[in-house]
Amino acid sequence: MSFPLLTVTAALPAAGAILTAAVPAARRTTAKWLALLVSLGTLVLAALVAVRFEPGGERYQLTESHAWIADFGVRYELGVDGIGVALIALTALLIPFIVLAGWHDADPYETQTKRWRPTQGFFALILMVEAMVILSFAATDVFLFYILFEAMLIPMYFLIGGFGDRAHTGTDENAAAQRSYAAVKFLLYNLVGGLIMLAAVIGLYVVAGNFSLTEIAAARASGELEMATDTERLLFLGFFFAFAVKAPLWPLHTWLPNAMGEATAPVAVLITAVVDKVGTFAMLRFCLQLFPEASKWATPAIIVLALISIVYGALLAVGQRDIKRLVAYASISHFGFIIMGIFAMTSQGQSGATLYMVNHGISTAALMLVAGFLITRRGSRLIADYGGVQKVAPVLAGTFLVGGLATLSLPGLAPFVSEFLVLVGTFARYPVAGIVATSGIVLAALYTLVLYQRTMTGPVKEEVRAMPDLKARELVVVAPLIALLLVLGVYPKPLTEIVDPAVRHTMSDVQQKDPRPEVEAAK
Amino acid sequence: MSASAAVAVHSLWTTAAEPAAADRIGAPAIEYAQLAPTLIVVGAAVVGVLLEAFVPRRARYHAQVFLTVVALAAAFAAVVALAAGGHATTKAGIVAMGAIAVDGPALFLQGTILLTSLVAVFTFAERRLDPAHHGHRVDSFAAEAAAVPGSEQEKAAVKAGFTTTEVFPLVLFAVGGMLVFPAANDLLTLFIALEVFSLPLYLLCAVARRKRLMSQEAAVKYFLLGAFSSAFLLFGVALMYGYAGSVSYARIADVVDGSVSDITPALAQTMGNDVLLLIGFAMVLMGLLFKVGAVPFHMWTPDVYQGAPTPVTGFMAAATKVAAFGAMLRLLYVVLPGLRWDWRPVMWGVAIVTMLAGAIVAITQTDIKRLLAYSSIAHAGFILAGVIAATPDGVSSVLFYLGAYSFVTVGAFAVVTLVRDAGGEATHLSKWAGLGRRSPLVAAVFAVFLLAFAGIPLTSGFSGKFAVFKAAAEGGAGALVVIGVISSAIAAFFYIRVIVLMFFSEPKPEGPTVAVPSPLTMTTIAVGVAVTLALGVAPQYFLDLAGQASVFVR
Repeated sequence: MSFPLLTVTAALPAAGAILTAAVPAARRTTAKWLALLVSLGTLVLAALVAVRFEPGGERYQLTESHAWIADFGVRYELGVDGIGVALIALTALLIPFIVLAGWHDADPYETQTKRWRPTQGFFALILMVEAMVILSFAATDVFLFYILFEAMLIPMYFLIGGFGDRAHTGTDENAAAQRSYAAVKFLLYNLVGGLIMLAAVIGLYVVAGNFSLTEIAAARASGELEMATDTERLLFLGFFFAFAVKAPLWPLHTWLPNAMGEATAPVAVLITAVVDKVGTFAMLRFCLQLFPEASKWATPAIIVLALISIVYGALLAVGQRDIKRLVAYASISHFGFIIMGIFAMTSQGQSGATLYMVNHGISTAALMLVAGFLITRRGSRLIADYGGVQKVAPVLAGTFLVGGLATLSLPGLAPFVSEFLVLVGTFARYPVAGIVATSGIVLAALYTLVLYQRTMTGPVKEEVRAMPDLKARELVVVAPLIALLLVLGVYPKPLTEIVDPAVRHTMSDVQQKDPRPEVEAAK
Repeated sequence: MSASAAVAVHSLWTTAAEPAAADRIGAPAIEYAQLAPTLIVVGAAVVGVLLEAFVPRRARYHAQVFLTVVALAAAFAAVVALAAGGHATTKAGIVAMGAIAVDGPALFLQGTILLTSLVAVFTFAERRLDPAHHGHRVDSFAAEAAAVPGSEQEKAAVKAGFTTTEVFPLVLFAVGGMLVFPAANDLLTLFIALEVFSLPLYLLCAVARRKRLMSQEAAVKYFLLGAFSSAFLLFGVALMYGYAGSVSYARIADVVDGSVSDITPALAQTMGNDVLLLIGFAMVLMGLLFKVGAVPFHMWTPDVYQGAPTPVTGFMAAATKVAAFGAMLRLLYVVLPGLRWDWRPVMWGVAIVTMLAGAIVAITQTDIKRLLAYSSIAHAGFILAGVIAATPDGVSSVLFYLGAYSFVTVGAFAVVTLVRDAGGEATHLSKWAGLGRRSPLVAAVFAVFLLAFAGIPLTSGFSGKFAVFKAAAEGGAGALVVIGVISSAIAAFFYIRVIVLMFFSEPKPEGPTVAVPSPLTMTTIAVGVAVTLALGVAPQYFLDLAGQASVFVR
């Protein structure tokens, strides 16, 4: 039997989480370093996964399969395709930065009792989420995926509710109430989505008799497993609903601004850059493969919802007064692009969507983490409280600008490639949708540049005058992310090489071919 | 007495015996080995009563705890030995002259009841939570149950350091009844077992040390409503006898499917009359639905759960549910498989109302024990969904669910006993605010139990819920699954509310303290957590066990 690389990649952060949680209360710094080392170790393992993965080989590689719960027809089955590899790499890449950026976010307050160990808990929860996310990107058993999809809500919930942003307006009690509201909203939205998916998971079992993604998909493709049209559509809707809540797609998005606003910046990055990707990833992997006919049936509606997300998210981002909520609405707009790319059913669209997931992760992390550093310095999340920062803290302002430009998909930075691909892919099949979606880019320029202008330029505000520039730890967080944005913007080939074969498989699952270009068709 | 009546009575006593021996009453044939679990427990209960009479007061507590634990463990060993000897599968059979079935479901449920009781008894024996009175360690039970609350007599009893050690034999009697209940193979045994376990429970509810008036009120409510439901059940038994001319499950089943043609002369008028069957069966079912706390027979649950001493609540919530669902399964699957289409719609309705009402009403609760009571109602609804499946998978999923649920319940109530203020247990939810800050471990453990109740993956609650929903979906009850999922979502709200309170609210300065328990309660809680996580992560072994145990003998 070969080395269970995927299991180990997920087991390391899980074990690290338990160890970190067990560190005694007084040894806070030990816990931090332990978490950082574990997340770096996971990054090494994830790199190993990417190296061992052969883009031209089998569809699912590094597979593992063990009996688990035979009564439910459940196996512990792992395997990655190119999309999974890219997202595992993204996850493992971002966690060390999240840990480093959140270094002081969970230091205990003076007043707290000695037995309460927030720091240990904070880092242990982050590692726990990492383990579950990695495993969910690798799961090829629907039930296993479902379990992880649901279980990761619990550590996320404690991260949001237990460790709020210390920069808040109003009283502590008020902030605590808002925070627990955000955490509960996050959990309930996702739990309801998950429970509806549970009904569909059970329905799938009744229809298919097992949970193996590869077996069911093969049986579907060969026509052995017939599904009544209505059954397939209902099951599809059950799955899609859960993923649309997670992703989040308009009109199920309202939990995201609350959660991202109230959580600390690193946790907000964890939500939007890592955990939410599970939703869009699952659309590609489960919705399209298991229910190809229903996916095609639902495409027009989903494209419309995605368009609404793009425009509505961007419009609301323009109107935000809170920096973190602005990034949250921008993310909603970007998730609209991702979902549109997936359901455009063209290979450019789906490649673009997968790249978009990775690039959005990196660019949002860069923007949000710098925003977090800014907010920690001033103690306020309101845009109006800032002004002229670039004169006081030029490095901070510069990195903030790069993150912002990446968010608006400036050519030369990584997100441009993916956004362009998504738009091209969509236009080929749905020209009107492609055109409308372009307005999202214009609005993105508006909200990003206005944000930069209001906070960084202009006369220096009194409260900002003494603001220190980025410290070494913060530079270590930001510099590699920006470097990555530049590299992937100029040379995205390593990523596209891994992703493209997987997208071709998915396209053949839904029996779609790219529409021929108009000019060629006219000949 | 007229001759025909005499024949009727006579035949009542002899239907189960050999036909050749009908004219004389011989010594009954009792298979002592197969009945060993019940006999050990009831025997120990009798010894416990004798201990109460003859052992000096200061030694009673230790003697009783020792006796109870040993008896329950021995009975569990006997169950395991029987199952290992094949009595659950190949050698399953009817014993005690047709009164009791020894088969897979019976042994599985008996094992579950015994283990749950064993773990629950540790919380009964806990004496470190309350501060010592007059130099005597005290447990959760009144110094002298017969003393009027607040009277001189009570004060004297407290001062003298009396303790109600009678609770231990009472528990044993209750367990004895519960062991027979799911194994009962005729309606009279069913009724007697019901009374044998109910009466000690009524008493146990009344003997709380603190809040005695509430405790007594709970007991009276439980007793009155319980007596009412017993009466229904008994009336139902009578009607069923009128229908089938027998109280034996097998015989009734034969009459239902029409394979019996000899009509008991005294019942010629009524035998085979479906009206009697349907009304009688509805009444018997009512009695059982009362015991599991299904809507609309659930009214007693919150009051009794709240008023009873918490160790009793935990024991009652877990073990009674196991026993009553076991009895219901046997009744539905052995007696009435042919009538599935008559009882299914009704049970659908009951399951739907139970799931939804339990979940919705729980949202408004402000007392942790009442909250858990409504949660237990919602869970009864989930289990009913599995019962309705009417397939072997349905049986095994219900068995598994009951095992998983009972340990979560016992564990959760054990945690409730720990959170205390000056007035005893602090059960009002507002007092639990910030518990996670002050006692992270206790709060984390309770959170695990709540997540299991909510059915979050990687806990036993999820495995169980998945098993029953899967069985229900395969049994053609897809709509029930959807409603179950919706009520799970509603229920998740209030479990999460408690977690929010514990972890995200600031502790109140005058809030309750968490008592440090003795190893007894710690064992209970540790076992609860261990089982909850084990059944969540690796449920296969227990699913197999439940799967093998899912065939009823007839």
